[in-house]
Amino acid sequence: MKAVRRFFKSFLFFELLLGLRLTGRYLLSRKFTVQYPDEKTPMSPRFRGLHALRRYPNGEERCIACKLCEAVCPALAITIDSEERDDGTRRTTRYDIDLFKCIFCGFCEEACPVDSIVETHIFEYHFENRGEQIMTKDKLLAIGDRFEKEIAQARAVDAPYR
Amino acid sequence: MFDWMMNLFYSLPTVMQILIGIQLIVIPLMLAVAYTTFAERKVIGYAHVRVGPNRVGPRGWLQPIADALKLLTKEVILPTNANRFLFLSAPVLTIAPALAAWAVVPFFEGGALADVNAGLLYLLALTSLGVYGIIIAGWASNSKYALLGSLRSAAQLVSYEIAMGFALVGVLMAAGTLNVGGIIEAQSGSMYHWFLLPLLPMFFVYFISGIAETNRAPFDVAEGESEIVAGFHVEYSGMAFAVFFLAEYANMILISALTAILFLGGWLSPFQGILPAAVFDWPVIGSLLDHGIHWFLFKTAVFLFAFLWFRATFPRYRYDQIMRLGWKVLIPVTIVWLFVEGVLVAFNVGPWFA
Repeated sequence: MKAVRRFFKSFLFFELLLGLRLTGRYLLSRKFTVQYPDEKTPMSPRFRGLHALRRYPNGEERCIACKLCEAVCPALAITIDSEERDDGTRRTTRYDIDLFKCIFCGFCEEACPVDSIVETHIFEYHFENRGEQIMTKDKLLAIGDRFEKEIAQARAVDAPYR
Repeated sequence: MFDWMMNLFYSLPTVMQILIGIQLIVIPLMLAVAYTTFAERKVIGYAHVRVGPNRVGPRGWLQPIADALKLLTKEVILPTNANRFLFLSAPVLTIAPALAAWAVVPFFEGGALADVNAGLLYLLALTSLGVYGIIIAGWASNSKYALLGSLRSAAQLVSYEIAMGFALVGVLMAAGTLNVGGIIEAQSGSMYHWFLLPLLPMFFVYFISGIAETNRAPFDVAEGESEIVAGFHVEYSGMAFAVFFLAEYANMILISALTAILFLGGWLSPFQGILPAAVFDWPVIGSLLDHGIHWFLFKTAVFLFAFLWFRATFPRYRYDQIMRLGWKVLIPVTIVWLFVEGVLVAFNVGPWFA
């Protein structure tokens, strides 16, 4: 009896019809595709995009060349050289992030004692020439200057959960 | 106005009439092929809960034209060790039968390019001719994957040709004629006179072997991306590849059209014999409900949609399962039903064989 039922089940395409019903249902269901360049999904304040170096409100750069970010970076993407500045503080002479190595884990941001290196909400960028993927100190500071308002706001929103 | 155009048409020399007829079939067919590729991407996208192509032109309607332009501007690469002549003639050999078969397809009453008496035989011959293109393509490429693909395709087509032929014999027995127009005439009366009901198993066998003949999913082992890259057309690029592509879709449309003609009465209206005859005299609705090319196109579109739906649903058959289905399921079914049909014909059963 069981064999007969199984024979008719496979002979009459029972399982295939079930499959067709499933895809047919999805065919008619509502699509939730986000039309990306026209529409965008909401972004968390913790979003980890392109890096930036921040400054204090008086214009002094925050980074004190403690090299914690360099030490914590799992991809070894950060390279820092430092020396003593004329006013006796320790500052970086070189702060490079290789974006091809970076895995955007956000450890550098967590390690930073002065909230200097941060990851911004910027994710739409590209390189056209070899070498442009190295983010130098100047480039990072420029991004920080340009987006300071958004960066500060995202940090403020996330502060209660830290 | 229509009469005036028809008179002008019939006053032309016969050669001109035939050439115009060919243009009237091939140009819409090519457009239909282009938009079938678009429909395929849309339908499969929708089945994946995506929206499919929608960037080129309004709602993506210019996508097939963009695709065609892209393929036209690409280089046709000739592999060093390929047989140049066969390599380039294979796409032609594939598309020629796919287009030539349309000659006997009646689009409306008396609307076939060639009213051949042995039309069904002609169709059977031409649909099986397409496999030569595939085999030659695989062999002339001088590539392992291409050869494997064409071997698979050859074995599969030979197996399914038999089931398909038997299904056509069933239609032939029911209609009593090989003329394709005559087969449609034999189904007139009402919806219940269509061959769909008395030949239901034949209908399924024909459509399944049609899918296998066109190398479509779930029978697309000849292409089998995951196993042999692209099968017989791995080495083809640019326009040569596009011709294979066109042939595949032209074949799909052909099989859908033939299924509509052989089992669903082609251009016959499903309302004939059900609605009172006076309805068909109503100004616009009457002509829509009456027989006509629109019913043929609609029925074809339904089967074409089924092709796309199957592709979106079923995983590829394993090779031995394809052979099992062909030889141990479809062929016995057709033989049994040929016998049943013979009995029905002998005793003049129902509205069909009376």
